[in-house]
Amino acid sequence: MTAWLAVAAPILPPIATPRVDWPTVAPVVAMFGAALAIVLLRALVRHSRRLVDTTSVVLAFAGMATAAGFLFYQWHLVRETGGYQTFAGAVAVDGLAVFVQAIVLGACALGVLLGLGYVRREALELPELLALLLLCTTGMMVMAQANDLVVVFVALEVFSIALYVLSAFDLRRAESQEAGLKYFVLGAFSSAIFLYGIALTYGATGTTSLTGIATFLAGNTLTHTGLLLAGFALLLVGLGFKVAAAPFHMWTPDVYEGAPTPITAFMSAATKAAAFGALLRIFAGSFQLYVSDWRPVVFGLAVASLVVGTVAAAVQTDVKRMLAYSSIGHAGFVLIGLQVANAGASGNRLPGTAAALFYLLVYAVMAIGAFGVVQVMTQRGDTHHALSDYRGLARTEPAIAGLLTLFLLAQTGVPLTGGFVAKLAVFRSAVDAGQYQLALIGMLAAVISAFVYLRLVITMYAPNSDAENAAAEGAEPAPRVRIDPGAGIALFLTAAAVLVLGVMPNWTLDIAHQATQLLAK
Amino acid sequence: MTTFHAPPLAASVMTEYYRQYLAVAVFVGAALVMVGAMLGVGALLRPKRPQPEKYITYESGSDPFGTFGQQNVRYYVYALLFVIFDVETVFVFPWAVNADHSGLGWFGFGEIAVFVLILVAGLGYLWRKGLLSWA
Repeated sequence: MTAWLAVAAPILPPIATPRVDWPTVAPVVAMFGAALAIVLLRALVRHSRRLVDTTSVVLAFAGMATAAGFLFYQWHLVRETGGYQTFAGAVAVDGLAVFVQAIVLGACALGVLLGLGYVRREALELPELLALLLLCTTGMMVMAQANDLVVVFVALEVFSIALYVLSAFDLRRAESQEAGLKYFVLGAFSSAIFLYGIALTYGATGTTSLTGIATFLAGNTLTHTGLLLAGFALLLVGLGFKVAAAPFHMWTPDVYEGAPTPITAFMSAATKAAAFGALLRIFAGSFQLYVSDWRPVVFGLAVASLVVGTVAAAVQTDVKRMLAYSSIGHAGFVLIGLQVANAGASGNRLPGTAAALFYLLVYAVMAIGAFGVVQVMTQRGDTHHALSDYRGLARTEPAIAGLLTLFLLAQTGVPLTGGFVAKLAVFRSAVDAGQYQLALIGMLAAVISAFVYLRLVITMYAPNSDAENAAAEGAEPAPRVRIDPGAGIALFLTAAAVLVLGVMPNWTLDIAHQATQLLAK
Repeated sequence: MTTFHAPPLAASVMTEYYRQYLAVAVFVGAALVMVGAMLGVGALLRPKRPQPEKYITYESGSDPFGTFGQQNVRYYVYALLFVIFDVETVFVFPWAVNADHSGLGWFGFGEIAVFVLILVAGLGYLWRKGLLSWA
């Protein structure tokens, strides 16, 4: 055996190691390093629980701040030199990557803020939650940068496995366990489907590099496209599962309802952003030449998501489930942007990619805000998120009812909120691209979804006769809702962001537009 | 824009492509012949005297009851740890084989050291959480 190795080995060509481009990976390394440090701290320091918790929070925010700093640096670099590739073409540093990473990082920070109070109330382990949230965000950030299908898959697995554990984090609650198990089993299936899509695409094009695929498809005319199209379909299924697009949405209501509420807030916003980042890069970038083949499929997915998200949300009696279905509907709106991704790239028309990116940002703050209010409303054990628990809330808790009203109006798309501008941008990009049908369906879905959100708003402002009768008979009043500082900061930030994005959207919309112009070459 | 002609390519390149897999086919064939010969010749030569005792799982020792026995959940952690370090070996071996003559050098050493250290950190966490003690 050794002799054989000695003979065979010199024939091997030396392996060309890629140059490590530290500024590119610095945000990811900072996040991962912070997560690892928290895990080690939790393991090694045993005498003071309080010291470990405090240091973990400091480490988590230090990691996120470092990552944010390096993202700013990357953004300036990209604006000066344009997008570029590094690590032998496996990683792209460009506007799309930086924008999506910023959304994911922001969602992580808000998730941590919401999680602090939740962990204390439910007596869960804080360091583990922080470490898993950071690891999850690390995977999502790699996914935003990935310029190779294999890197996309590794990133997908990193954040998915962290999310499975986070969904089941509240182990004492059966619903949380159920959410984790359901998400794990279905997620493993979708990962396998995605992997098979990579294999078929590789078989058709001979490369897994996203740039390489685009170059190959531009330089060669395939006589048989079956293999390539099957690859497209499987990749779309795998990522469609992660963004909760119908008909791959079956897990969404159960997982969103069962998972701890701060995790639901984080995953609804960040998973969508990361997976849509990959979808935009793969379909609008590499497969752009075959746009006439995948466009009808994305059209179908968008319509299905809009219909399922709107109609099913209307009949829910649980606020978390209702927001989960509305999350499916929002995936439909972003899919409209993907459908017309590059169609409006010329002139002063709005490209769908920019509209989709802006929508993802706005959805992140709307969703985290709405789930944040739900978390504040829940009682110990993550209970009390039925629609009836919100009856008469405006009288007992006007501030909380006002905040939830703001987030729901934003999700409806009422002017002066970010949701309005986001929907307007998506519809405008569709109209610019001549996709009038899709724009019309989207507008109809938005109108119908208004019923869903207004139902909850009306419930909050309706008088709660039951509670008043009970109070008159001297019964124990419902416990007052308390906003812990972390959740308070998170709610303040998201509410401010929703308003700023609605009143002064141009600056952010402009950045989203610029981000799509600065793609890696 | 060059047109991709499949049929002429299939004639020359694909034959060469399949020839590389000939060794695999030879190995598969040899394995089948070997196993078939060993089991087949044994079945032909050995005396056959069936007894019920010969069909139980442990010929000497206690009878297992039922077809499915519940395993102690404590074994699960050890199985999981075994898989983790088994997979680690799969990654470390190719590096070790290529370490001195592939040009990986200190860069490769640094990469594998980071990989192993991250796993050791995980192991340390499990250890301090008490998962390694048989409790």
